[in-house]
Amino acid sequence: MFKELSRSLINALVSLGAVVRFLLRMLGVTPGALLRFDLIVQQVFNSGALSLVIIMLAGLFVGMVLGLQGFTLLERFGSEESLGVAAAVGLVKELGPVITALLFAGRAGTALASELGLMRATDQLSAMEMMAVDPIKRVVVPRFLGGVIAMPLLAAIFSVIGLYGAQLVGVQIMGVDSGSFWSQMRAGVDLRDIKEGVVKSLIFGVACSLIAVYEGYHATPTAAGVGRATTRTVVTSAVVVLFLDYLLTSAFL
Amino acid sequence: MPKNSTLNFGTGAFVALGFAALLFLTTQTTSRGLSFGAPPHYDVTAKFDNIGDLRVGSPVSMAGVEIGRVVNIDFDNREYKAVVTMRMSEKFSKIPTDSDASIYTQGLLGGKFVGLTAGGAETYLKNGDHIDFTQSAFVLENLIGQMLANYAKSPAQSGSASPKTDAPGGAAPGGTAPGAAAPAPASKEKIK
Amino acid sequence: MVRSFILAHSLNQENPIVEIRGLGYAVGSRPIFEGLDMDIPRGLVTAVMGPSGTGKTTLLRLITGQVRADSGSIEVAGANLRVLKRDALYLLRRRMGMLFQNGALLTDLSVFENVAFPLREHTDLPERLIRQLVLTKLQAVGLRGAAELMPSELSGGMSRRVALARAIVMDPEILIYDEPFVGLDPISLGVILRLIRRLNDTLGLTSIVVSHNVQEISTVADKLFLLSGGKVVANGTPQELKDNPSAVVRQFVGGLADGPVPFHYPAADYFGELMARSEAR
Repeated sequence: MFKELSRSLINALVSLGAVVRFLLRMLGVTPGALLRFDLIVQQVFNSGALSLVIIMLAGLFVGMVLGLQGFTLLERFGSEESLGVAAAVGLVKELGPVITALLFAGRAGTALASELGLMRATDQLSAMEMMAVDPIKRVVVPRFLGGVIAMPLLAAIFSVIGLYGAQLVGVQIMGVDSGSFWSQMRAGVDLRDIKEGVVKSLIFGVACSLIAVYEGYHATPTAAGVGRATTRTVVTSAVVVLFLDYLLTSAFL
Repeated sequence: MPKNSTLNFGTGAFVALGFAALLFLTTQTTSRGLSFGAPPHYDVTAKFDNIGDLRVGSPVSMAGVEIGRVVNIDFDNREYKAVVTMRMSEKFSKIPTDSDASIYTQGLLGGKFVGLTAGGAETYLKNGDHIDFTQSAFVLENLIGQMLANYAKSPAQSGSASPKTDAPGGAAPGGTAPGAAAPAPASKEKIK
Repeated sequence: MVRSFILAHSLNQENPIVEIRGLGYAVGSRPIFEGLDMDIPRGLVTAVMGPSGTGKTTLLRLITGQVRADSGSIEVAGANLRVLKRDALYLLRRRMGMLFQNGALLTDLSVFENVAFPLREHTDLPERLIRQLVLTKLQAVGLRGAAELMPSELSGGMSRRVALARAIVMDPEILIYDEPFVGLDPISLGVILRLIRRLNDTLGLTSIVVSHNVQEISTVADKLFLLSGGKVVANGTPQELKDNPSAVVRQFVGGLADGPVPFHYPAADYFGELMARSEAR
């Protein structure tokens, strides 16, 4: 049993090393890839704009629940007016980056992984290699950058819509004073909190995009292989994001 | 695959939306932000010995109705008092010049707000005016300190001594409406 | 006439375009090639054949540098593949064209854009010139009218022809075909065969075809290699192979079900296994 455990550990380390080396290789060709701005724009569209609907819907509902739960909890202490602060801080620092990252992994991450996996399975990546075009530069890096750029923007949109949802429930339905809602928020939220949220979502963006393109690029070139790569993308992204969240939160405190 | 122009528009719109969201977060949710669309208003100032945790953005009410906001908090070097600037909506332009301003607490542990009680003067506050009669914020530590001091002074008298200190005690957690004037340790001050 | 001229000329060829010496390559613990020697002559159509699993595709990967050999040497157009760095390898690949088994067209580009892809990536040619080049190559494979279609709208044979046009758009010296006949109907098959020969002669290429359609490829190939068990078991002109007395060659060329490559997968004694099962009841 111990042998199995140590073998899994070694495998995990090997995978981690492979992923990091892949990242380094991508970063190496990034300057060249940046020249093809049109490719990057297309990928920002694919990963960002196409994820808008689910992000906004999720943001609205999460914000509304936050408003409801927050109100009920604060009411016990007579501090309902602090709902604004609670919602804003909770969204900007935690819920925004984390939930956006998880949803991103599910929607955009799987799309990236399956796209690259399919290109691998149909020899398109090998064909590009044969045509002396580096597929990492032309296909993988634009997708990676598209995800990294899209993620903080999506998280910000999530937080704003979430705030609206919290305000909808707290102020309009539960009767918290609108002025107190916003004024306490303004007093309690610092630019530093927002910076923390943006940094978090950037790092999550790097992690999720990296995992997605890595799995897709290295997928076994069969239908089952692509499916496995897609599943692994979601699972690995989720675990990594939650783990990084703890690390970053404690680092910022 | 959408056409190039649609693609560019879609991406541009998405990125613009994202940045607008970031902008909103940084300006509208923090205290160092901007506020848009100010309705007609006039500003008045008042000086307090202690404003507690009154903040920029805290409401200003009269008879329980919100009529303005705190827009600036400053410190007077000569008199060692806090100078609070309040922005009042033009809708409420008939506030007598001898009204007094007190700082109350919302709810049990809520934030502070400024409550105005009308005076009897025939002239009304206009932009740049100063409210002379003020009452500082209720500070829990001072009250407890005073209660303990009273208690230590005369334990037998604690019953009779209490009414005075009890008046705020009844509202010890702080008034919930401007009407419940709580004479805090400091009495009304006339500032010349 | 052109063909016989080239054949005669090639008999005087001193340096083959691909030289393989003592090639060794293994996947895990399973050796695919051991001490393989092969010379692929210039300007001719050379076929590499063998039973399934002998590593024909792997050989192509080794020749194109997609995979590195464990031992031995491979020289392509004078360049030693084992010491080439990535950039030099890419430069070499621009002189080669490869047709993959399923075409491997880029699915989000149209037929025209697929053929134009190498031009756009490697050259700064003006749009007008690119257009002319692409249409010329498409005309050569007979698909100029399909330029605006998407790969998903093409049949198997058509997408392979488009891939062929793409492979020749940069005027390579070597054209490599990986199992180009798999899954084609007789007409498409005939089309590809004709194209292989015509392109080779008119463009002065060297063509390497990996296939196991003995009958078909024999009609256009100048030289055949038969691989089995990781080694070359026969080579020569189609006629020479037909006359080859070796049992391995006979089985392959004649399409015989049993021979050196056995019909039965190794198993225990048949009668014994049947009886054991019924007695266990």
